[in-house]
Amino acid sequence: MTSSGNPYLTVRDLTVSFQGKGGEFHAVDRIGFELDRGEILALVGESGSGKSMTSLAVMRLLPQAARMSGRITIAGDDVASLPRRQMEDVRGARIGMVFQEPMTSLNPVLTIARQMTEGLIRHQGLSRKAALAAARSALDDVGFGEPDRVLSQYPHQLSGGMRQRVMIAAALALRPGILIADEPTTALDVTVQAQVLDLLVDLKSRLGSGILLITHDIGVVAETADRVAVMRHGRIVETGATDAVLRNPTHDYTKALLASHLTVEKALGLRPAEKGAPSRS
Amino acid sequence: MTPDALTLDNIRKTFSSGGRVVHALSGVSLSVGKGETLGVIGESGSGKSTLGRIAVGLEVQSSGKLFIDGERVDDMSAVMRRRRLRQCQMIFQDPYSSLNPRLTVGHQIGEGLYAAGVSDWREIRSTVADLLERVGLPRDFADRYPHEFSGGQRQRIAIARALAPGPEIVVADEPVSALDVSIQAQILDLLAEIRRENRLSYLFISHDMAVVARLCDRVAVMHRGRVVESGPIAAVIENPQHPYTRNLLDAVPRFGRRRTGRKPVPVDLPLHGDGDRFVSVGEGHTVLQASEDAAAG
Repeated sequence: MTSSGNPYLTVRDLTVSFQGKGGEFHAVDRIGFELDRGEILALVGESGSGKSMTSLAVMRLLPQAARMSGRITIAGDDVASLPRRQMEDVRGARIGMVFQEPMTSLNPVLTIARQMTEGLIRHQGLSRKAALAAARSALDDVGFGEPDRVLSQYPHQLSGGMRQRVMIAAALALRPGILIADEPTTALDVTVQAQVLDLLVDLKSRLGSGILLITHDIGVVAETADRVAVMRHGRIVETGATDAVLRNPTHDYTKALLASHLTVEKALGLRPAEKGAPSRS
Repeated sequence: MTPDALTLDNIRKTFSSGGRVVHALSGVSLSVGKGETLGVIGESGSGKSTLGRIAVGLEVQSSGKLFIDGERVDDMSAVMRRRRLRQCQMIFQDPYSSLNPRLTVGHQIGEGLYAAGVSDWREIRSTVADLLERVGLPRDFADRYPHEFSGGQRQRIAIARALAPGPEIVVADEPVSALDVSIQAQILDLLAEIRRENRLSYLFISHDMAVVARLCDRVAVMHRGRVVESGPIAAVIENPQHPYTRNLLDAVPRFGRRRTGRKPVPVDLPLHGDGDRFVSVGEGHTVLQASEDAAAG
């Protein structure tokens, strides 16, 4: 699918703007990056940094009021110039999506089987039987021991972590070149988060998926991403190999983000400096 | 010895849902000393939020005793209990939904003063302004509405509102979870300052070990409606004894470690029963031991 030599996803000079009371507001301001299969690129930033708008732009799911300029190509195709119908095929078949809140992205009244096969039947023209087999194998890929049991269930019968794994399986079943995961673990418990992050890394190395990981958590970036782009006020202020950026940040904002990131060790170290901490009487 | 500010003794809470009985809390006991901050950490479904709601009287326990300043409050008359519970104020996770969008900030903070018996409106106004100043906001913000503020500012307003009735105990349920990291640090610092100045006791509920480590003197780790381990914060983090505590600490993302993508070997977590006892493993550091272990050891 991908034209040889070129990255699977390229974003050039992307700008997303909104018309506000005080004039034009740039949510994303002339950014560019590339993502290839078999790697995890993290877009990290605080709220309002433009990271989610970037992912929506790539999928062409921006709100109506947004204006977009720049060039986004997926497997050689210019996203902006694709007709709507063809874009629907790109979403799903070439880019899979996983969002923060799996409960709102799953339909509560349909079984998992129904939701997972729908896309396969539509995008890949599979028969119902073949679609079920593909769904089963995707659930197996994300670590469900008994895929058939999950297929017969409704979203509310699954835990938050299971729902998120189902979402990832549903995206993967279409064998997309890349997966966009927008805060995929933010709503999850920390022990479940660890499982989902392990899963993303496993998919990258085992299936060769490229993953665009949108997150606010620099600890998550440190553990999973190969490369990182730090976003602030709609711009990428620093980008590079994760290790290099986190060890030797050059931009002041990256330094500030790292400084404000609270680790357990750092938190314990900060405590003695606090005066007047009472002892237990 | 001065009595503890807040004591929960063998608190149980059951909910019935669709004919099933859910045990939210299965006999939780803990105390918060005067001027102390006790962190309660756990994941969803651990019962930590229910515990906090019981401590401020928003929820009533199915059984167990609640003491404030050494005085039992759960068997008091409703009027007396309400007056006593005013000493316990709560700060919630989501400042967007915990403030009333249709009332001015000053009105919402002032209500707490009025409830505490201040009836002169000029006095209320000036105290509200003092409280706003105390939490780092301009005094004239009293006339504005919640929607005019950012998440961090709203949480400051929620803190001012909690302080208004002059509480001795503040229960904070995930007060910084909805905020950006840089704002989190400011709010944690503010909570620490206020604790020092007002000699408050905090029951600080969180899922985030780093945040708990930053603010709390002691921590109680909750799992499935029980406290499974508790002790001084450094002891629990540096020397965790319960398998669940170890799991929780190990799952926290950290620098210098990469996810391998391999599934970790599942850890068997003990299923605790009511007969299980706490074993001391260090000064003030106890861990819940499954009865088989106790018998074996």
